[in-house]
Amino acid sequence: MMVRRAGVLILWIGCVAFAAFVVARAHYITDLSAFLPANPTPVQQLLVDQLRDGPATRLILIALEQGDAAARARVSAAMVDLLRKDSQFSSVNNGEAVAGQRDREFLFQHRYLLSEAVSAQRFSASGLNAAIKETIENLASPAGLLFKSLLPRDPTGELLNISDQLARAPAPQSRDGVWVSADATRALAVAQTAASGSDSDAQSKAIDAIRAAFAIAAGNLQQGPNKGVQLRLSGPGVFAVAARAKIERAAVRLSIASGILVVALLLVVYRSLPALGLGLLPVTTGALVGVAAVALGFGAVHGITLGFGITLIGESVDYSIYFFIQSRHTLNGVAGRSWQQLWWPTVRLGMLTSVCGFASMLPSGFPGLKQLGLYSISGLIAAALVTRFVLPALLPGNFAIRDVTPFGTRIAALLQGVRRIGRSAIVLWSVALVMLAVAVLFHDRETLWNRELSALSPVSIAEQDYDAKLRADLGAADVRDLVIVSGADLESVLRGAERAARALQGLVDDETIGGFESPANYLPSMATQEIRRSSLPSASELRANLKQALDGLPLRADRLQLFLEDIEATRHAALVTSRDLVGTSLNAGFDALILHQRDTWDALLPLRSAAAGRQIDMARVLTALKDAKVDDAQVLDLKQESDALYASYLSEAIRFSLAGFLALTVLLLIALRSPLRVARVLAPLVLAVLGVAAGLAMAGVHLTILHLVGMLLIVAVGSNYALFFDRQAHAQAGGGEALTLASLVIANASTVIGFGLLSFSQVPVLVALGTTVAPGAFLALLFAAISAPARNAHAQHS
Amino acid sequence: MRLPLIVLIFFGALSGAASGAAPPASRAAPPPPAVSDLNEVMGQLAMRQHGRVEFIEQHFLKVLNHPIESSGELRYDAPDRLEKRTLSPHAETLLLTGGVLTVERAHSRRVMDLHAYPQVLPFVESIRATLAGDRRALERLFHLDFNGSVARWTLTLVPLESKVKQSVSQVRIEGARDQLLKVEIRQPDGDRSLMTLRPSTLP
Repeated sequence: MMVRRAGVLILWIGCVAFAAFVVARAHYITDLSAFLPANPTPVQQLLVDQLRDGPATRLILIALEQGDAAARARVSAAMVDLLRKDSQFSSVNNGEAVAGQRDREFLFQHRYLLSEAVSAQRFSASGLNAAIKETIENLASPAGLLFKSLLPRDPTGELLNISDQLARAPAPQSRDGVWVSADATRALAVAQTAASGSDSDAQSKAIDAIRAAFAIAAGNLQQGPNKGVQLRLSGPGVFAVAARAKIERAAVRLSIASGILVVALLLVVYRSLPALGLGLLPVTTGALVGVAAVALGFGAVHGITLGFGITLIGESVDYSIYFFIQSRHTLNGVAGRSWQQLWWPTVRLGMLTSVCGFASMLPSGFPGLKQLGLYSISGLIAAALVTRFVLPALLPGNFAIRDVTPFGTRIAALLQGVRRIGRSAIVLWSVALVMLAVAVLFHDRETLWNRELSALSPVSIAEQDYDAKLRADLGAADVRDLVIVSGADLESVLRGAERAARALQGLVDDETIGGFESPANYLPSMATQEIRRSSLPSASELRANLKQALDGLPLRADRLQLFLEDIEATRHAALVTSRDLVGTSLNAGFDALILHQRDTWDALLPLRSAAAGRQIDMARVLTALKDAKVDDAQVLDLKQESDALYASYLSEAIRFSLAGFLALTVLLLIALRSPLRVARVLAPLVLAVLGVAAGLAMAGVHLTILHLVGMLLIVAVGSNYALFFDRQAHAQAGGGEALTLASLVIANASTVIGFGLLSFSQVPVLVALGTTVAPGAFLALLFAAISAPARNAHAQHS
Repeated sequence: MRLPLIVLIFFGALSGAASGAAPPASRAAPPPPAVSDLNEVMGQLAMRQHGRVEFIEQHFLKVLNHPIESSGELRYDAPDRLEKRTLSPHAETLLLTGGVLTVERAHSRRVMDLHAYPQVLPFVESIRATLAGDRRALERLFHLDFNGSVARWTLTLVPLESKVKQSVSQVRIEGARDQLLKVEIRQPDGDRSLMTLRPSTLP
């Protein structure tokens, strides 16, 4: 016996040590890949790329509020000045014109390669005549002052053309030199981080840098000139960082709170510190093994797995409760049989039913769910094994916990009272309840499930609205609708972008879309530049054309010597490459619209809707692109795509859960060998799940994938209750009902406390779990207790 | 890049625009002593709430062999709304309200805040302040030189700030009582524009 006990302990310690080793060396990921498909379709891959590295994810929207307008402008200018020197940001813009000189030089130098107007026709005699005439006419208009000085070098006005090309994006309003919101109550700025938006650590650092720059720029906010000015940040990275902090905070706070409550409960029940300590062994071992299994199975552990996993194996706390309380029964020497013989089969069966439930998460396409499934399965098995083999081996000789038999007896009496209403009445009530729940669920069937990914977002509606407002003020597209041109190199995607742009221009003209951006606006493809360069006439030809063109115009050819020289220089100059953009403010704009990963390049053309709040008809966009034979272009509606992705996870999860339930039923049929007993075990669980779902639906809650996980948990935890009642009714050896009841009530109380606390969290996913499992577990116990056959004839007569 | 370019464009625009808002009607008032003629003109200008005139603007540029012309209509509403509608040779509308300028051409609309550009603001402010009869605002930014009488006066404005001096050397406004008749803007390189105003006959 001693040898066997030592063997068990050595094996256990060895397993724990190995698990700890794996956990310590495991790779942990906190980005949102837990929510992204593991084996994406091509369109999903685009979505994944956008969500991870898209330009939108790198934007931090900065708002300055309160204080007076001049103070906000001052702080904005000083803060942005500091941030521009910070290499964490690829660009920072608040509307101040700073990079002007460098940009102007770049554009002016390369104007004949960059201007869309450049063609052979433009430099023919008639083309020159028309262009110069227009430029001269412009001199009479506001453009005058600028073009007067540029006229000798740029008589065809290419710089203005390029400026118009680039100015197609709407600019925000300005006051006091900086961007402001439409109502001028906020000063606005936009920072683009160098790191990708999914790099939460880098985003967190960037946010800190902005806060620090603000603190320096604003100075003393209690008094002084910038009194009262406040900083507010928004954007995907900001949300991600805030969400991470929020989940961490909530997880820590709630674990501490529920830990204290559960420990207090167990102390009151056990009145034994060793029991308390031993009682936590199954769950801690389970958690460790769970993380280790995920690390071994998936290579890396998602933050979501660590955060929520432990709640899924909360059931394992129950195992030790059953063990301690029910062991007392056997210690009392009833029938001279051990807990392992009397109760372990039931716990094992309960554990296996839970495993069936959680196994339904394994085939999910949602990596987060997959990991949670593996975690729960391995954690529960480990916890059950620890309860079965390690706890008995560790029990001290003089081990004793408080006798809870009186407590159990009182509950049994209570239960007897309830049962007295009669079996037929119970059946009737159950049927009525099922019908009511089904009626509610059927009535709400259209809105029962929330199929939008944002349902899982820890970002509040108010924060999302604020973000939308800032974006509208900044004229920043929320980059919801994109045309994406993919190719093997930069040149081919730029060419594709140019072809796509021609198709899109038609949609702008008929107001299907309001506008679009393109990386080719900043840097035309080499092919396009080559065409423009070769369309420039030779010096002698140009001179002849010019002589003819100036006939009747108030401009003498000898004034245009520099123009001739510039054209000739461009004819022999190199084409503009992306390297030439570096150092200009155009680079950030270009960079944001080009994605380069491994050997794939993507050019992004974000679309703007024709009017605020109007949705773009992406089908028409796609048709236009297909008509124009832009075959390497795809359209992507980020929100629709991500919602579709989530909806597919959800329906998949629902299907798998039903399959899991089927598997669980088969398992019970094999174990119990009686359809009636199986029905009695399952009825309270089904009733509890239906009741909770109907209750949530009546409360106006739209169910998410986490509610579904919660329902799996109800079945997992509740199956133990039902099986104990079943065992109680059919066990060969009688007695111990009081202790069983006591252990179930205490286990249930700890579950309800733990999950009940989650309901008070600010994090939607935790609330979903909490509001489902806490009432569900309670209902499962209640229904199981009421519907369980009293120590029936079967057991007593045999 | 976009903004500085636009600034320059607007800058040119305003050299014509703001100068034009001459109130059409005249008021009968006894000529005051010469020293307070400026005050009297300012006072009369300040009384005007609305104005609507036609303009013809000529640009004399060294680079061109002969001057170019544009024409259209100016509208002014006290104290700070100014609209310049150019009809020829190109349709274009320029609207200045409260220091914010909106420019609309055939296919484009741009909004910009003049506070952002100190080199532009005093210049615009001078014209607006003249129309509003706001002498104190003028003197914050310009040296004022008043000649003639209330019935027929010339106000010469010379920028105080060096930044403004780089693009505008002098603004010369001719008027009769509360009417502006001519606005001439001289540039340091010798180029100049001349805007002539007369009561509107446009519908």
